[in-house]
Amino acid sequence: MQISDANIVTILVFMVSCVLTNNFIFSKFLGCCPFLGVSGKVETAFGMGMAVTFVMALASLFTWVINTWILLPLDLVYLQTIAFILVIAALVQCVEMFIKKASPSLYGALGIYLPLITTNCAVLGVCILNMTDGHDLLFSVLNGVFGAIGFLVAIVLMAGVRERIENSVNVPKSLKGFPLSLIIAGLMSVAFMGFAGLFSNV
Amino acid sequence: MEKKRGFSVFFNGILPENPTFRLVLGACPTMAVTTGAINGLGMGLAATFVLLGSNIVISLLRNFIPDKIRIPAFIVVICTFVTMVQMLLQAFVPSLYQSLGIFIPLIVVNCIILARAEAFASKNKVLYSALDGLGMGLGFTIAITLMGALRELIGAGTLFGQNVLGAGYEPMLIAILPAGGFIVYGLMLWVVNLITAKKEG
Repeated sequence: MQISDANIVTILVFMVSCVLTNNFIFSKFLGCCPFLGVSGKVETAFGMGMAVTFVMALASLFTWVINTWILLPLDLVYLQTIAFILVIAALVQCVEMFIKKASPSLYGALGIYLPLITTNCAVLGVCILNMTDGHDLLFSVLNGVFGAIGFLVAIVLMAGVRERIENSVNVPKSLKGFPLSLIIAGLMSVAFMGFAGLFSNV
Repeated sequence: MEKKRGFSVFFNGILPENPTFRLVLGACPTMAVTTGAINGLGMGLAATFVLLGSNIVISLLRNFIPDKIRIPAFIVVICTFVTMVQMLLQAFVPSLYQSLGIFIPLIVVNCIILARAEAFASKNKVLYSALDGLGMGLGFTIAITLMGALRELIGAGTLFGQNVLGAGYEPMLIAILPAGGFIVYGLMLWVVNLITAKKEG
């Protein structure tokens, strides 16, 4: 069965574009709240990133199916936002219950971050972007997975920088916390802009 | 006494607990749409409408919503108002609808709105909840319009689309690029921290 007209090269290019050049945090500003809030420690940042990856992949799949098979045929596209957010909320709840049952140790690590994912705008954002950009099923799911990996890379890098800065450098009190994190994120965003030239000749 | 409380509830969101500068909530739209002052103003007013509507409805329903399912219930109420705003903007201000793009449906997951529903509207009377929504919304609007204006001024030399710095000004493009959003927001928070530290100490 032909799922999509994609070959391996287009998928690879799409991956690099999602993770590096069109990074969710650094170029689309999606998911900034957890990015700023949960990037204090590398370990927790990694946990959050993994949980988001899981939910974004599933959410992309389900919302694509719902949009294409239910909302479009019934001409109910104006209900998109409400349908998607309910799907995401239900999904997060299911994932939480599943992980709790299947792997208590993983639940212990991710537990507190799972409910937060419902209001992570990267999740709803990727679902809506899949529809407005007209991705097919395969690329919607890939967009979810690769976009989330981009989020994971960003939040882990950020946590690494913050761990070092807050432990070793004498930071003025008024810059501590959010102001400094934002300025670091800005500099990282400049660095990520450099990747934009990567595929100029493809 | 009543009047005094109403005023302090309203004023709370504008300065003492400004959602953007003091609570640092709703960071995504704050940085994403503030490439110009007009976008900031439009986003702020849209969010204010949603915040006012959802606070009123949630406050009216506060005794009927079971505690266990309150978050999904709040989200459905918020989403209703977001869908209304989305349709109104699409019909009457299509240019703003285009430039705000995906961030209009994403008002649903703006943490300011859910935070006010949870922390204020679900515990207070309708009038105070409305005032709280209005105050928080205006605080957010003022903050992001200011940030939009600043980024537009540095990055393009214009203000609300009007050229103000003259032809001799060389625009610093970085201010309206994504990186500039992070840096300008960080610097503004720094200035706010400096001012409050001075006021307190």
